[in-house]
Amino acid sequence: MQYVGYFFIFLGTLSFLISSVGLVRMPDVYTRMHVGTKSTTMGTILVILGTICIEPTWAWKLILLAIFILLTNPLSSSVIARAVHKDGATLKLDAFKEVEK
Amino acid sequence: MFELVTILLLLSMLITLYRFLKGPTLGDRIVAFDVMNIMGVSLLVLLALYFQRSLYLDIALVFGLIGFLGTTIFGRYIEKGI
Repeated sequence: MQYVGYFFIFLGTLSFLISSVGLVRMPDVYTRMHVGTKSTTMGTILVILGTICIEPTWAWKLILLAIFILLTNPLSSSVIARAVHKDGATLKLDAFKEVEK
Repeated sequence: MFELVTILLLLSMLITLYRFLKGPTLGDRIVAFDVMNIMGVSLLVLLALYFQRSLYLDIALVFGLIGFLGTTIFGRYIEKGI
């Protein structure tokens, strides 16, 4: 059971690493926010799942932490997106630019 | 096993710190701050596993709450000013 837990934790940290590399390589605020929120949610959930597999007696606190992350993470992403959009950030690669012409 | 996982997590925090220091606008810095907060919550869970103390999970919960409040307040600051 311990090796299954460490495998889940390893997958979660790999998701964190992919997220941080994408945060450096993406060209725009919106795409960076897309990278930085979704994959970190998945990484945190995988780390918590692995910890539940290793230490089953801490399950209630860890499930509470997972529910908290699942509730607040998209909300903070939405707040950042709304604020940046009202501030007037533009897309670098605009897919709709050629349609409007 | 544990050291490999912690080194990967700290490496990703370091790469995110590069975006936090370099980022051209304020929005990039807030995104990097949010990502580092969530990585910090995950690092506290790993530390609770390493030291075998369930008290660190409470600290992780409070850290996540404070980080969410900080992100929301910075978003409001971009939108309306102080």
